[in-house]
Amino acid sequence: MSANEKAVVPPASDTVTIEVDGRKLQAKKGSMVIQATDAAGIYIPRFCYHAKLPIAANCRMCLVEVEKAPKPMPACATPVAEGMKVFTRSEKARESQKAVMEFLLLNHPLDCPICDQGGECPLQDQALGYGKDDSRYDEAKRVVPDKDIGPLIATFMTRCIHCTRCVRFGQELAGVMEFGALGRGEHTEIRTFLDRSVNSEISGNVIDICPVGALTSKPFQYKARPWELDHHASIAPHDCVGSNIDVQTLRGKVMRVLPRVNESINECWLSDRDRFSYEALNSEERLRVPMIRRNGQWEEVDWRTALDFTVQGLRNVVERHGPDALGALASPIATLEEFYLLAKLVRALGSNNVDHRLRQLDFSDDDRAPLYPALGLTIPELETLDAVLLIGANPRKDQPLLGLRLRKAARRGAAVMAINPLDYDFTHRLAAQVIGKPEEMYAAAAEVVKALGQMGHTAVGEASWIDALSPRPEAERIAQALMQANKKAVLLGPFALGHPQAAGLRAAAQRIAARANATLGVLAEGNSAGAWVAGCVPHRGPLGQPADRGRDTVAMLNEPRKAYLLYGVDPELDVLDGALAAKAMEAAEFVVMASSFKPSVYRSGAIGYAHVLLPLAPFAETAGSFVNTEGRVQRFEAAVKLYGEARPGWKILRVLGDLLGAAGFQYGSLDEVRAELGVPSLFKPTALEAGGAAAPLHTPLADGQLYRIAEVPLYAVDPLVRRAPALQDTADNPRPAARMNASDIKRLNLEPGAAVVVRTVMGEARLQVQTDARVPEGCVLIAAGYPETAMLGAHGPASVVRT
Amino acid sequence: MNALKRYLNSFLLVELLRGLIVTGRHLFARKITIQYPDEHTPVSPRFRGLHALRRYPNGEERCIACKLCEAVCPAAAITIESTQRADGSRRTKRYEIDLFKCIYCGFCEESCPVDSIVETSFYEFHFEKKGDNVITKEQLLAIGDRYEKRIAADRVADAKYR
Repeated sequence: MSANEKAVVPPASDTVTIEVDGRKLQAKKGSMVIQATDAAGIYIPRFCYHAKLPIAANCRMCLVEVEKAPKPMPACATPVAEGMKVFTRSEKARESQKAVMEFLLLNHPLDCPICDQGGECPLQDQALGYGKDDSRYDEAKRVVPDKDIGPLIATFMTRCIHCTRCVRFGQELAGVMEFGALGRGEHTEIRTFLDRSVNSEISGNVIDICPVGALTSKPFQYKARPWELDHHASIAPHDCVGSNIDVQTLRGKVMRVLPRVNESINECWLSDRDRFSYEALNSEERLRVPMIRRNGQWEEVDWRTALDFTVQGLRNVVERHGPDALGALASPIATLEEFYLLAKLVRALGSNNVDHRLRQLDFSDDDRAPLYPALGLTIPELETLDAVLLIGANPRKDQPLLGLRLRKAARRGAAVMAINPLDYDFTHRLAAQVIGKPEEMYAAAAEVVKALGQMGHTAVGEASWIDALSPRPEAERIAQALMQANKKAVLLGPFALGHPQAAGLRAAAQRIAARANATLGVLAEGNSAGAWVAGCVPHRGPLGQPADRGRDTVAMLNEPRKAYLLYGVDPELDVLDGALAAKAMEAAEFVVMASSFKPSVYRSGAIGYAHVLLPLAPFAETAGSFVNTEGRVQRFEAAVKLYGEARPGWKILRVLGDLLGAAGFQYGSLDEVRAELGVPSLFKPTALEAGGAAAPLHTPLADGQLYRIAEVPLYAVDPLVRRAPALQDTADNPRPAARMNASDIKRLNLEPGAAVVVRTVMGEARLQVQTDARVPEGCVLIAAGYPETAMLGAHGPASVVRT
Repeated sequence: MNALKRYLNSFLLVELLRGLIVTGRHLFARKITIQYPDEHTPVSPRFRGLHALRRYPNGEERCIACKLCEAVCPAAAITIESTQRADGSRRTKRYEIDLFKCIYCGFCEESCPVDSIVETSFYEFHFEKKGDNVITKEQLLAIGDRYEKRIAADRVADAKYR
């Protein structure tokens, strides 16, 4: 609130003039005294007031003297009035602030030396200014038992001063009432209801807003002091938001990650995934030196040997089988420059087989695709939408900070609607929802097109199968809500992109957007936008220039290549059809794997089929740029030194290019790479061209078979988060199981907890049955991105049989 | 006149006798020269010599890894790495003092909230190998264990002036 007011001087009519400590201030009518003083830079102490949270006025620290008021008033809950005179440092104000501080410190333990908040603690700082050096309180101090609320947040509840910031954060922003204040007076306790864990995907933010050391970071516990940490501005790689982060390091090791305030992207928040994934940087599984496989043995070698070996291997394959026998797969969390150089390298070898869309299955509309998967709006604009249709999207978990914005829109009254494979738990009401397996989703989207056509006075004029549909009531409600709304958007999420008929679904979404005059947005994974603009797609060069068509991910794996260049990819886990990927890799003659981590046998079989392992620097150790879903290019520099012999990806690719004799790889710095690519500060989004929507494919299910939905949970998306131990322990990352709804379990004569074998055309997996009410009937949800389920392939029929 | 005075003074060896008087006075005065290392000068309980890490009487190390000494050290001689011990308490994983960097100002001792790091009145130490100047947590604790009696007595003696 206050941050916006700082920038905008409100027009005179709705302002009032107040006087604070003799200074005349303009303040917006209805705003609070503390907002006016914050904007003017006048300091008032506070604990419970937070600019982004609703006002509670329960710490009383911000008491100020107001002329003609008999008692001191809390500045955070006193609205400004014309001619009001406020004194923040008068004797009366100081005296009340000091008295409040004395009360706050009554029960607060004197354990600053062992408290992780020490050094960045508002209570510690303000006690210095407003506290006494002695306490008049001789009685026993209150002790509150600590709670175990999960692997991310450590609690020291005796330190709590009951400001309720965490409670209000859950209620107002996260949308899950996880913390609550139970009991009264001396017995008040902040705790979770029924002592459950805190499972919000943005729960880490309560660590930042807690003004004392009651809620601190568990992975960071006792690791370092805030004053000794070095700060490095960086960008989070895990989703398409591009959250601004502050990577804090101590003696060359990343100790923690905190948000950097950027009102137009992440405000002051950060998702847990971006906050805690740094643990993987110090993982035991990091690849330290280059390794090559000679005579069936792995050898640790120096870079020169490894690169010569790589060059020799690639040359051999290209000479013997032609350049088309080479395929390159890149992880969507690589940087823009890495994507560019990788694509350039592959094309210099004469191949166009390069792709980063590892979790997509349908590429038939590649030619109609926009420059990059764009939101089409700015991130703050999401809050101003009046209607949103989510297709295959669960922004709450997949892009938590976009979910936060959408929740704000929904609370403002926006109609948020969804066509999803699962009945996701949204933190707000949905105006309409269709849940079904992928083909059902596609049909529902087409029905919305039809319903919009019927409503608008234009002829329907769609593909005959769409014309033949009769929209279900939910589809009609979606169409109606879209037509009525003022500002609207259709958003395609990661599941929609990975849909077996993604092209059709995109075409349907494009039609919905066009007919309803809405913005069509795509929420792709990680730095996908960067990969598209850098030309890391088989059919386009840098900046969307046309290129000879190469093979996309699925084509590269379906018709196995002789050599693969894997760039930060664990094929079984990062490719949606892990079984297909593993098969293709095993059949290949030469597999080069540039990776930050050792592909352990447990995580991935790559140790078995790779021929070279090149240690690749992850985001905190390299420089580069990420392009977020708005098209915003954000550069970042390395925060820490390289681990072992790891090297930044752009340097590896540059040297490989040079050694392979490709022209134009003599870069001296990243800036030269950027200059060659021509990177603006913002890539303007372009629209998806309209195209035909193929009729939905019907997947026949044999008797007793279910349709397997392969969803990638938020803490399995990329190699980094998969190696962050705290995130792996959260409730959002349960071990994979065969999740079905209760009626299907009953129909198959199973019970929750039963051990089953799930068989698909690709392979089988041994799992447990679990009840999950979110799963539609006739479907079984088996998460992808885990070693246990990698052999099952992608979506499709699956039989679930008791072992 | 002056010339005569000077002549008599030197003729009668007055300067020499004056000097001998001083010598004679010191001959019978209390001796201040001590035979180090057989003898030692007295040391103030406030003397800031070799560092030590103390323990509580029950054997538990005092240091809680608050890192205040590291922060206050003007010579940046202290290096601490903290961690959570298996029992959940906050402890140091590494506590090192570079005695070449240390200027023996005593700020570390003053900043310590648990009287863990102290500068003992022990000052006779030397290093024989390069690198020995950095003393580790184990060495510091051993020094503390060895001189605990003296350390405690020094603190008691100085307590009323603190």
